[in-house]
Amino acid sequence: MEFSLKNEQQQLLSKMATNDGHGENSPYFDGWKAYDSDPYHPTRNPNGVIQMGLAENQLCFDLIEEWVLNNPEASICTAEGANKFMEVAIYQDYHGLPEFRNAVARFMEKVRGERVKFDPNRIVMSGGATGAHETLAFCLADPEDAFLVPTPYYPGFDRDLRWRTGIQLLPIVCHSSNDFKVTKESMEAAYQKAQEANIRVKGFLLNNPSNPLGTVLDRETLIDIVTFINDKNIHLICDEIYSATVFSQPEFISISEIIEHDVQCNRDLIHLVYSLSKDLGFPGFRVGILYSYNDAVVSCARKMSSFGLVSTQTQHLIASMLSDETFTDKIISTSSERLAARHGLFTRGLAQVGIGTLKSSAGLYFWMDLRRLLRESTFEAEMELWRIIIHEVKLNVSPGLSFHCSEPGWFRVCFANMDDESVRVALRRIHKFVLVQGKATEPTTPKSRCGSSKLQLSLSFRRLDERVMGSHMMSPHSPMASPLVRAT
Amino acid sequence: MLSKKATCKSHGQDSSYFLGWQEYEKNPFNEDRNPLGIIQMGLAENQLSFDLLESWLARNPDATMFGSNGGSIFKELALFQDYHGLQTFKTELVEFMAEIRRNKVRFDPQKLVLTAGATSANETLMFCLAEPGEAFLIPTPYYPGFDRDLKWRTGVKIVPIHCSSLNGFRITKAALDEAYDEALKLNLRVKGVFITNPSNPLGTTMNQDEFNHVISFAVSKNIHIVSDEIYAGTVFDSSKFTSIIEAIMDRNLEKTDIWSRIHVVSSLSKDLGLPGFRIGMIYSNNETLIAAATKMSSFGLVSSQTQYLLSKLLGDKKFTRHYIQENQRRLKKRQQVLVSGLQSYGIPCLKSNAGLFCWVDMRNLLSSNAFEAEMELWKKILYEVGLNISPGSSCHCTEPGWFRVCFANMSQETLNLSIHRLQAFVTSNGDGNYQNQKLSTRISRRNSLVVS
Repeated sequence: MEFSLKNEQQQLLSKMATNDGHGENSPYFDGWKAYDSDPYHPTRNPNGVIQMGLAENQLCFDLIEEWVLNNPEASICTAEGANKFMEVAIYQDYHGLPEFRNAVARFMEKVRGERVKFDPNRIVMSGGATGAHETLAFCLADPEDAFLVPTPYYPGFDRDLRWRTGIQLLPIVCHSSNDFKVTKESMEAAYQKAQEANIRVKGFLLNNPSNPLGTVLDRETLIDIVTFINDKNIHLICDEIYSATVFSQPEFISISEIIEHDVQCNRDLIHLVYSLSKDLGFPGFRVGILYSYNDAVVSCARKMSSFGLVSTQTQHLIASMLSDETFTDKIISTSSERLAARHGLFTRGLAQVGIGTLKSSAGLYFWMDLRRLLRESTFEAEMELWRIIIHEVKLNVSPGLSFHCSEPGWFRVCFANMDDESVRVALRRIHKFVLVQGKATEPTTPKSRCGSSKLQLSLSFRRLDERVMGSHMMSPHSPMASPLVRAT
Repeated sequence: MLSKKATCKSHGQDSSYFLGWQEYEKNPFNEDRNPLGIIQMGLAENQLSFDLLESWLARNPDATMFGSNGGSIFKELALFQDYHGLQTFKTELVEFMAEIRRNKVRFDPQKLVLTAGATSANETLMFCLAEPGEAFLIPTPYYPGFDRDLKWRTGVKIVPIHCSSLNGFRITKAALDEAYDEALKLNLRVKGVFITNPSNPLGTTMNQDEFNHVISFAVSKNIHIVSDEIYAGTVFDSSKFTSIIEAIMDRNLEKTDIWSRIHVVSSLSKDLGLPGFRIGMIYSNNETLIAAATKMSSFGLVSSQTQYLLSKLLGDKKFTRHYIQENQRRLKKRQQVLVSGLQSYGIPCLKSNAGLFCWVDMRNLLSSNAFEAEMELWKKILYEVGLNISPGSSCHCTEPGWFRVCFANMSQETLNLSIHRLQAFVTSNGDGNYQNQKLSTRISRRNSLVVS
């Protein structure tokens, strides 16, 4: 009965509506489902699952809310702002409010330390970065064409780039042996493989700073990539959604700087994706930005933006907020400090129990190395470990498999979407778990090359707590470089 | 270098519908700053009832997202990206939709998908209901934007159901059958019928005969019915509007297959006059469709800030009831001004009871019964008379000489001026036979402006 009903639906609706292209059957989302059915709350559900699988930035809402309260005219619903209501509410031009585009361009420049200029006329709105990616895929490629993308990568790309567009994503496999850096060899290999399979490569999708790694690409790698795409005459889509989440060295270098200062290339191939969902913590407002150096792409993408324009009510708010440069300076620097503190707290806390993390300087997460906790070096073992972490340790972390990582044992852990108390609880749980696991799989020699030392089984929980509580008081500008933290 | 989609013309923006807008942008009318400019009558916007919205805002400071808690709502909203949408908003929205339909239909918020405008809703439905290369049948004339929204990125084809002025452009069984046969000849698999009710550009609501034809047809062919009801709140006389859902229920078909093949699209852009806020929706009884469309809405969600504002606005039932009635009253009055103004100079309009526009019969002004003549006339009206109206050909009308003229996106004074301009143009052409007399047209235009 169920089979025939499903079959019937499949004939009634399109393949797209009934296939798995939405990507939600990935393990990335299973953890969320576990969280949704048993969410942690300090008083109401202290044993619930802590959400560490959602890359949200909740660290600076105090500053943002203060600004909104002090700037009532930014809302068209207040007495001060209501005189703009009608003008804003009827404005449906897909160019977007000029003040919105100007403010966003300015903000993007500021985030890049004023090292480049952005032309507001190249700013195209989209339904979040999600919409921007899909739009670019529609503009740059035909069904069956492919984009190359370095692994590990954000699981949402599988849906955003492929589902309704029919394009393929081909991996450029990266390895922990060199900290998952993209190399010339790996790019060539991926390209050759596509050629051999008769797949037409139209683009290269880059995420910088990287999700899930949290690393920023160095200048040399960026130059190599631009050279590569220029030689092959393929597009480069650079998702810089985490550009203002950089909290330490090395600094972020935008692709816009590379093409401006470092290497000649055909600019018609260069496109940026941006959003305010990560830097400012506004995923609900759906402010996606597509920026292209290619006039035809700007024109086409702008027409397509009709399918996902930013609400003018939101454009108006964002225009006001981002044109207040005192505020934007403050939020960029404060966010960076708080992210550094939070990141340091977690990575040091993990290092104390011998858990390594990939050294990173950006993002709302870190890439955690649990390879030595695997029963064996397989993805089945990774899934087993992950299920234990979700259901017994009660933390929703994201398994590397869901990011198409080539090596089992890596997990992405988000740290900016919770308050300090949740952080302490999460660390306690991890410590407890690792100590228990440690007894079962105690290594005699370090297996990984990261140099993690033996587990300190003698530490009591209370002493661990004290260390955890104490460590966040340390200066965020000089995080303790524990030998246990993975060095680049 | 770019995709086929990027380089083809399926975005539809080379249509005269959009070219007229571009000309308007270059020379827009402004009472004080540019009194000789082009008056925009090609944009179906509702600007008649903003005072009602503004006074509601003044009375309801909580809608600012702060209330008395001092900020907690802002953070929650800023983080809220759940594609199921804000429950309070969806609950209020379905009640508002029911209110517009005289509560003859009740809607379940769980069967509603929020989208970035009806533009996105329509495209999403095509992605979900048809494969590339399959077809939907659409009665002509139809909204020019459908060429982009339904076809461009989806690869779906449109096959027209030709409607004629002989019977007031009503859908007939013969026209449906003919369209289906045409699709077969073109080797296209028909997946559904797409109706707009109330109609854009006609401004009419579907009658019972039309419902009988469309529903029987969809049942017998086992295909979908998509009903774009975006203008439902602009019906001057509510009793004359029947939603497709009501029509199906009236025929006792809720427990049959067709029930899961009925899909309604709507938006707050026309009823409430808020096109900038991008609030669209899909409503369907088909759970699989709702699940798929909900996931697809990730590509165009409604800003949570906007969902919150509207949940408050629509939650004020006293306000919505008053708004719906008053808005309809003003639209009716405005429509009558245009209709009678044109009538007095021998320009008839199709009898309509809804919409933000009239479907105007200018066949008498054509130099010949041809689309070239329609384009000539359109250009004269655009450049010499200074009115951007939409030619029937851009709406795929099969008969030349019809124009869609909008009346709700301007002040009363501007509407009067546009009527004067058109009257002067008609008068300068004697008993209605159009002569190519540029000089007299220029003089008469100058005179009409002096008069105003």
